[in-house]
Amino acid sequence: MTAIPKVMHDFAISACGGLAMNVNGDEVLMRCSGAAWLAGSRTLIVADLHFEKGSAYARRGQMLPPYDTRETLNRLEAEVAATQPAVLVFLGDSFHDGQGEDRLHGDDGARIAALAAGRTLAWVVGNHDADGPKALPGETVDELVFGQLTLRHEPQEGSRPGELAGHLHPAAKVKGRGRTVRRRCFVTDGSRMVLPAFGSYAGGLNIKDKAFAGLFGVRPLAGALGTGRVHPIGWGSLAPD
Amino acid sequence: MPLDASPTLLPDRFADWFASRGWAAREHQLAMVEKGRQGRSALLIAPTGGGKTLAGFLPSLIELAERPRPNTPRGVHTLYLSPLKALAVDVERNLMVPIAQMGLKVSVESRTGDTGVARRQRQRTNPPDILLTTPEQLALFCAWEGARRYFEDLSCVIIDEVHSLWPSKRGDLLALGLARLQQFAPNLRRVGLSATVDDPDLIREWLSPNHVIPETAQPLSGTQESRAVTLGPGSPLRSGRDDVDLVLGQGGTRPEVDVLLSEGRVPWAGHTAQHAMEDVYEVIKKNKTTLIFVNTRFQAEFAFQELWRLNDDSLPIALHHGSLAAEQRRRVEAAMTRGELRAVVCTSTLDLGIDWGDVDLVIQLAAPKGASRMVQRIGRANHRLDEPSRAILVPANRFEMLECQAAREAIYENALDGDPPRVGALDVLAQHVMGCACSEPFDLVALYDEVRSAGPYRDLSWEDFETVVDFVSTGGYALKTYDRFRRIVKGQDGLWKVRNQQTAMRHRMNVGAIVSPEMLNVRLLKGARAGRKIGQVEEGYLEQLNAGDTFIFAGQVWRFMGVTGMDALVSPAPNSDPKMPSWGGSKFALSTFLAKRVRRMMYDEDAWPALPADVREWLEVQRDKSLLPSEDEMLLETFARGKRHFMICYPFEGRLAHTTLAMLLTRRLERTGVGPLGFVCNDYALAIWALHPMERLDFDELFNEDMLGDDLEAWLNESFMMKRAFKGCALISGLIERRHPGAEKSGRQVTFSTDLIYDVLRRHQPDHLLLRCARDDAATGMIDVARVGDMLSRIRGRIRHSNVDHVTPFSVPILLEIGKERVAGEVGEMILSEVADELIAEALG
Repeated sequence: MTAIPKVMHDFAISACGGLAMNVNGDEVLMRCSGAAWLAGSRTLIVADLHFEKGSAYARRGQMLPPYDTRETLNRLEAEVAATQPAVLVFLGDSFHDGQGEDRLHGDDGARIAALAAGRTLAWVVGNHDADGPKALPGETVDELVFGQLTLRHEPQEGSRPGELAGHLHPAAKVKGRGRTVRRRCFVTDGSRMVLPAFGSYAGGLNIKDKAFAGLFGVRPLAGALGTGRVHPIGWGSLAPD
Repeated sequence: MPLDASPTLLPDRFADWFASRGWAAREHQLAMVEKGRQGRSALLIAPTGGGKTLAGFLPSLIELAERPRPNTPRGVHTLYLSPLKALAVDVERNLMVPIAQMGLKVSVESRTGDTGVARRQRQRTNPPDILLTTPEQLALFCAWEGARRYFEDLSCVIIDEVHSLWPSKRGDLLALGLARLQQFAPNLRRVGLSATVDDPDLIREWLSPNHVIPETAQPLSGTQESRAVTLGPGSPLRSGRDDVDLVLGQGGTRPEVDVLLSEGRVPWAGHTAQHAMEDVYEVIKKNKTTLIFVNTRFQAEFAFQELWRLNDDSLPIALHHGSLAAEQRRRVEAAMTRGELRAVVCTSTLDLGIDWGDVDLVIQLAAPKGASRMVQRIGRANHRLDEPSRAILVPANRFEMLECQAAREAIYENALDGDPPRVGALDVLAQHVMGCACSEPFDLVALYDEVRSAGPYRDLSWEDFETVVDFVSTGGYALKTYDRFRRIVKGQDGLWKVRNQQTAMRHRMNVGAIVSPEMLNVRLLKGARAGRKIGQVEEGYLEQLNAGDTFIFAGQVWRFMGVTGMDALVSPAPNSDPKMPSWGGSKFALSTFLAKRVRRMMYDEDAWPALPADVREWLEVQRDKSLLPSEDEMLLETFARGKRHFMICYPFEGRLAHTTLAMLLTRRLERTGVGPLGFVCNDYALAIWALHPMERLDFDELFNEDMLGDDLEAWLNESFMMKRAFKGCALISGLIERRHPGAEKSGRQVTFSTDLIYDVLRRHQPDHLLLRCARDDAATGMIDVARVGDMLSRIRGRIRHSNVDHVTPFSVPILLEIGKERVAGEVGEMILSEVADELIAEALG
């Protein structure tokens, strides 16, 4: 990124190890799992679940282990149990492709449906799944607004204060002790935020990649997912791929 | 092998040709001709320069010369395989000489990854008589439709440098390929060309066609007459060795090996032998051409710089290692052959291959780590077979002084270290099975027997074979959701074949991949774009550099500008001081065999006079102030220094095994509450330091073999080594493709990280085939569990504890490594925390 202003970011470390920061004035908690939590509205947000990515690849001849959906659901259920949200938001690309829902196996479908019980389940649609689920419960929307925050799948061009989006699968690369470490991360400049991908096989794109250029008005902070902690990493400590 | 040396064995044309060159055919060359006439497979062991390659080809040339002109085009007569592309191309050039001079109507062509498309297509439609190629290409041939037809006339397959090929996954794949060829051409005879090895029988077993003996013959339906009759699973195999005759070339006389004694200057620690470089330069001046071997590329670059710094006489000294661009290597090789160079600093790429003509002397900088390897390197020197080859070992530190002396004696006694026999890897088998399915439909039982005729797979169980086939078909998962996506399917006729052409094409694009670490091209930055390629470097090497850092490569200093795709961009920085990240350590660990000799030498005071005075003194002081362990014992020292308490032990089992041991010991020490903080290892010793004293611990308990149970499993599962091993297995087995049609994906952008797959698989199907493969790889290759196990049982009850109140002479070398050593293992969290803490401090400060 060419010279954009450097700024001190104000953040706090929460008891659960997550990182809390204001985005456009509203507090967002970045949880160790990669989910985002809005305490006021008791909203849990997960982005880019990519259910049935394994089977999508198998269809094309690369037989990835078919356990990714199950694994993602394990983690998702744990987060829901830990936070007891009133609203659960899937922030787009929930299925890897348009036929993903048909490939759901065993009780995976029932488990997803069960997540809707006793709360509002919102499917924010993205580019891979533009019409939302066919047979699963929940509401399909393009965007959601909570207070000062606007939740959508893909980050929009230009200045977008309050935007919480996914789609880009951000990852941070850090060097130290002669080695590199790469982790999925949240990335925010206090005005907008991009969430890491929650899906088991979703992977990450380095936030120094040009796909992220132009999003942030000041040098953003990365919240790198560690074990039991979200590590705040300054822009200057990040390495490109 | 007494042989009637009468030239009736050789047809006139050939005898005349030898005479015209002023040569007499050597005994081993005639022996190989005899084997050819008898249709026998053979293993030829001879040092370089003894006309070994010619010995391999003579029988084929004679057969081709005597063969009547065919009416129809014939298939390939002789297939030659070598581990190096360059070798194949080189042999093509050399073979043309006798063919041209004798006017033989024999076509010879080479085929490697670098061969152009047009030429490859021509080779498919007009097969040459002799095809020179690499094992990777053979894997591709096995996956061709019509491979059976193409090779049905194959008479002979020659495997060059077989001693270096067989003990690896590459060797496993090659063995499977040979078994396939044997099916296509049952009378195929195999020829192995090898350097001197400890146990030739191991190679004979590997090379053998292992014909199955029928007990109760049940011919399969559709069997051609010429196919060997096969049985169901579990049929007995004859010992393979007898199928392959051993031919010994006239060895050179015993090599003369000296150890460079730098009186008063042998350093306590270090790997570069910097202290001896002036002596080395003097030696170069006194000889015509010297090969200087080092163990790592880093050492090669360093030694090269040092010699040029001392090079007042401007002697032509060159550099040669595997990471240099092919063009530059060719230039050095050509200059060598023309006798223009006084010295070449080189790594193991020159362990193999091209016969370089007149080399007077071989210098080995820093200990060779194994006697066999040293003998093979010495074999590069001096091709006047009647005079002894000469070599000088230059130890880099005091322990290495012992090691070099031990190596010297071992070579003198011709007692070489060997490779253990190998069990064939299952990820390699998966790749091969897929290739077979792409070529033609196969019967499961028939393929099983064919696979078992390959040396490393002799003991393959039917269960494991079925698991592999299931893996190839659907990925081998307990969750059966992928049956409809099968990559290979069983037809109505009971035969298995590949699902469709597209799947076959994808396999052929990825075949032969025996994974090496991710390599990036190093290219000159021209304006804003990537220019000329200078060489290749491991990805991990560059991870230590930031943009703007300088480093040494190919003998020059460069500034690292950044990475785009597969290219690392650099610009020249001739006047800068290079930052020298240490990379690679020693690729080889001290061999068990040499380690034993070193331990013996340490204890046996009668052997000390051979050592320089300062090393002798070092041993004497160690004996007086602490202890010298006997050959069977392990010394363990404890002492305090500053605010830290040290425990140092000296197993002499090599760096890899020591690192594993240190990791496991640290976990145990944590449970005792002494608060271990860190460790460091080298080939001889490991040192752990802690907050609290350790001298009262029960060491027998601490070093108990049960450490290799749960502690090992727990650590191994989490470790980055397992992930790395898994990635390799995923690529080799075909689970993940490196290349997709239409998209040349660089290795770095593999569609997703295999780490993600590893984690998921580990949690949901821990007994999956690939996890087994990864564990085996990690346990042997990376952490040498077997060696740790053997050591723990060796020292049980034999730990000699010396508790002292000061640093001991033996401990100095290992203590000097502290700070230089990169921290291994699970540092991810530590790094993130440290960087985060900096930010927090900045924020609060």
